[in-house]
Amino acid sequence: MLGTGIIKGLAVTAKNFVGSFYDPARLVTVEYPEKQIPIPENYRNFPFLVHEGDDPIATLRCVACKICENECPPQCIYIVAERDEKGKVLKKPKIFDIDIAVCMSCQICVEVCPFDAIKMDQHFEIAAGNRFEGLLLHREQLAKPNSYYQKIHPTEAAEVDAMLTAMKARQAAEKSAKAKPAPATQTPPPAA
Amino acid sequence: MNAPANTNSLLERAPVMIRDWIIGFFPESLRWPVGALLAIAAMLAVFGLVFAFLTLAERKLLGRAQNRPGPNRSGLPFFRGTKLFGLTQPFADAVKMLTKEDIVPRAADHLLHFLAPVLVVAFALMTFAVIPYGRQLVAVDIDAGVLYFFAAGAATELAIFMAGWASHNKYSLIGAMRALAQLISYELPLLLSVVPVVMLAGTLSPTKIVEAQANVPGGLIPHWHVFTPWGAVGFAIFMVAALAEANRSPFDLPEGESELVAGHLTEYSGFKYALFFMAEYFGMIGLTGMGATLFLGGWQAPCAFLEFIPSYLWFGVKMLSLILFMMWIRATLLRLRIDQLTRLAWKFLVPLALINLGTAAFWSRTDSWSGPLQFVRWAIALALIVVPFVVIGRRLTAGLAPRTYRYAT
Repeated sequence: MLGTGIIKGLAVTAKNFVGSFYDPARLVTVEYPEKQIPIPENYRNFPFLVHEGDDPIATLRCVACKICENECPPQCIYIVAERDEKGKVLKKPKIFDIDIAVCMSCQICVEVCPFDAIKMDQHFEIAAGNRFEGLLLHREQLAKPNSYYQKIHPTEAAEVDAMLTAMKARQAAEKSAKAKPAPATQTPPPAA
Repeated sequence: MNAPANTNSLLERAPVMIRDWIIGFFPESLRWPVGALLAIAAMLAVFGLVFAFLTLAERKLLGRAQNRPGPNRSGLPFFRGTKLFGLTQPFADAVKMLTKEDIVPRAADHLLHFLAPVLVVAFALMTFAVIPYGRQLVAVDIDAGVLYFFAAGAATELAIFMAGWASHNKYSLIGAMRALAQLISYELPLLLSVVPVVMLAGTLSPTKIVEAQANVPGGLIPHWHVFTPWGAVGFAIFMVAALAEANRSPFDLPEGESELVAGHLTEYSGFKYALFFMAEYFGMIGLTGMGATLFLGGWQAPCAFLEFIPSYLWFGVKMLSLILFMMWIRATLLRLRIDQLTRLAWKFLVPLALINLGTAAFWSRTDSWSGPLQFVRWAIALALIVVPFVVIGRRLTAGLAPRTYRYAT
């Protein structure tokens, strides 16, 4: 009969209205600033610099090789290497700026970095009052400890750490091999 | 009045006493205008607040019906972290509306563009004058109050057409045209549904219509029009037509934000938009108030022993429950097409309302029937309602319903 559909529809909305008070599973809204959905591990937005020890600037992995600066498609990275009193280039950055207003989160800097010094961050609450100074991040803001990296990307960080320790072990082995008597070094290395 | 002990309680007389007390400070010649101004001020204050919280109630209710929490963020200024369930949201909205830029299109007719929101609120406010809110609470007690109410209510459509025309925008104009097409469709069933009330009460005065629905002393069943066969049908038709008159969903065709970019509201922003919004809610308050007056016994309590609760509270409860019902319908139903609306009004509501006149005539003629004849009276009256409803409904929906979906599963 005419009108039964309307009554059925009214029943549906009434059921949802009452149910939203009693059944928490119905209310799917996550009230954001207080609660937050856990961020998936593979989420990435902007790059940050990994440092090892307690002093962020002194223990950066970055050696200011500028590969990422050259590869960056939107050219949002600006690096100046540190120099000592004689003008000799030291292996660390004096200036490392990323303009995240320009960055497009492509992760190419991470791909090309031979030192695993730059990684992708998950911190997205980066709204600033000024779009020029506020969104231009310096090395002090970019430097974050390795433990933070392990926290946000556990799988990836484990791989990187394993690789780095293996490399260090190899380097140490090579060093000790170099320190050994000459005949050992003259034997041709086995074919790879 | 039947029970003077109850009806003369302090709360019942309080509004009138306060008015008389304030008027007492003025000389005799000024008392009438001061009394009128007081009534206007009281209505603006009360209905302004009711409007503010109705917007919040509507958003909360719609949210809950869609399993969302609704607005719950706004707190108090200077007190960070307070939330109060979003109760201050209307005031935040008001501040936002007042501080927004008022944009007038260059091609618009500036005078009409300015005048339309003013008029739409003015007409909506005019309808408030004749509604009896309580036992002695009516601003202007005129004999042809019902007629005046519907004249002023229909005039809001004029203001809406004015808005659409003055905006010089195709969407606005289509919205305005729709408003007029809607006006001539639903105004007839709206008035026809009221005619039996006027006929049987024998008066066009809202206060007298309310008194005609007064309780029998000691009676438990309310003596309201809605509890008679013709009253129930009249009330249903009235509510459907009132939804259309108030431009509420499912008849919000003039706005039609998904197809017409808000229709006549397209070129309005800031405070002018807020005035249109206010007028929509005022229209809803006025129509539900009149609906309660005509069919739900106005300020009458449901039964005699409940009369200790002041009459204006009963009126408020009835009006607010009707408004909440309108919101419930908005949460449920989809917007009709304009041809579906005119079809519904002309081919369904008008015939039913005309037949309802006959039912009302039969009901008033058989007033003296008693005993077993009472059952015959109810049976005939119900048959007069149900048979046309089913027959017209069948004929209208033949070939249309139930709809079969070929592609959706």
